[in-house]
Amino acid sequence: MQQITLRVNGRQHAVKVDPETPLLFVLNDDLGLRGPRFGCGMAQCGACTVILRGQVVRSCVMPVRAVGDDEVTTLEGLGTPEKPHPIQQAFIEEGAAQCGYCLSGVILTAKAVLDGKPDASDEEIRIALGGVLCRCFAHTRMLRAIRKYASGNRQHANPA
Amino acid sequence: MREGLLVVVLAYAAGAQDRDRAAAAAFEAIVPVLRHPRCMNCHSTGDFPRQGDDGHRHTMQVRRGPDGHGVNAVKCSTCHQDRNVAGVHAPPGAPEWHLPSPDMPMIWEGLTDRQLCELLKDPKQNGHRTVQQIVEHMSTPLVLWGWHPGEGRDAVPMPVSEFLARVKEWAANGAACPAATSER
Repeated sequence: MQQITLRVNGRQHAVKVDPETPLLFVLNDDLGLRGPRFGCGMAQCGACTVILRGQVVRSCVMPVRAVGDDEVTTLEGLGTPEKPHPIQQAFIEEGAAQCGYCLSGVILTAKAVLDGKPDASDEEIRIALGGVLCRCFAHTRMLRAIRKYASGNRQHANPA
Repeated sequence: MREGLLVVVLAYAAGAQDRDRAAAAAFEAIVPVLRHPRCMNCHSTGDFPRQGDDGHRHTMQVRRGPDGHGVNAVKCSTCHQDRNVAGVHAPPGAPEWHLPSPDMPMIWEGLTDRQLCELLKDPKQNGHRTVQQIVEHMSTPLVLWGWHPGEGRDAVPMPVSEFLARVKEWAANGAACPAATSER
């Protein structure tokens, strides 16, 4: 066991864990964050996705020791139920989920892509989402929500 | 006097030929490693990595990207850690897990042994490396991963000590290449 300091969603946490513990387990069990979910446990489904260093990572396979001093952003780090992040708001408006189990992967991947490339094409977003599985076939609504969010961002950046 | 010089020149030429032959033989010995799926899956045609012993295209629409580390926010390190994740079908890993960059993709597929050898020696195709740096590259954790690829994957069959010895032998003898043969 080792004391490890993590920065998650703007807050600093000290946890005493085995450094090889998957980041997901620390987020779920030690910090009580339920946004990233255990899906396959082998980086195949994307349910455990978080953002780290501007890219998405599968927290189920990343040992907590590998995080270092960098900020981890989980789905609940984007907004609050009272004031959702614009991409969360777009998903709400489009009804872009059924069970919602995959939403960490879908929303955080889309956000990370658009943060890095605000004018990313639908094709680029679809490619980025290639590693995120959703079994309830809400894909078209999700893409609509992502498009709505991206378009809102662009309008905000370049008001008429 | 003239005969003496001729003997020296001939002896030198014979020595150089011996070294070339030794280098070419050493290179031929490492070719099965270079052509093994553990190496070829990142040195094959296309703008994407491959997987498995059959070299199928990497699932999840993974791409090479501008620096060989993936594209947009989805990088190799999204899933691949600095070591293998336990379990069959879990992501393999090693430090600096990545593809060659697109400006020097180091595609080996379809090359003859000679072409492969020449590519490895050419700084304009090999990532600006000298032969000595190629030798060093062969000892990096990413390359040595081929001998410890994790559950469900075949390791490179040649013992790693023999592979590294042959690579050094190739370089020490001038890194000559095998004679031209048909395409692979």
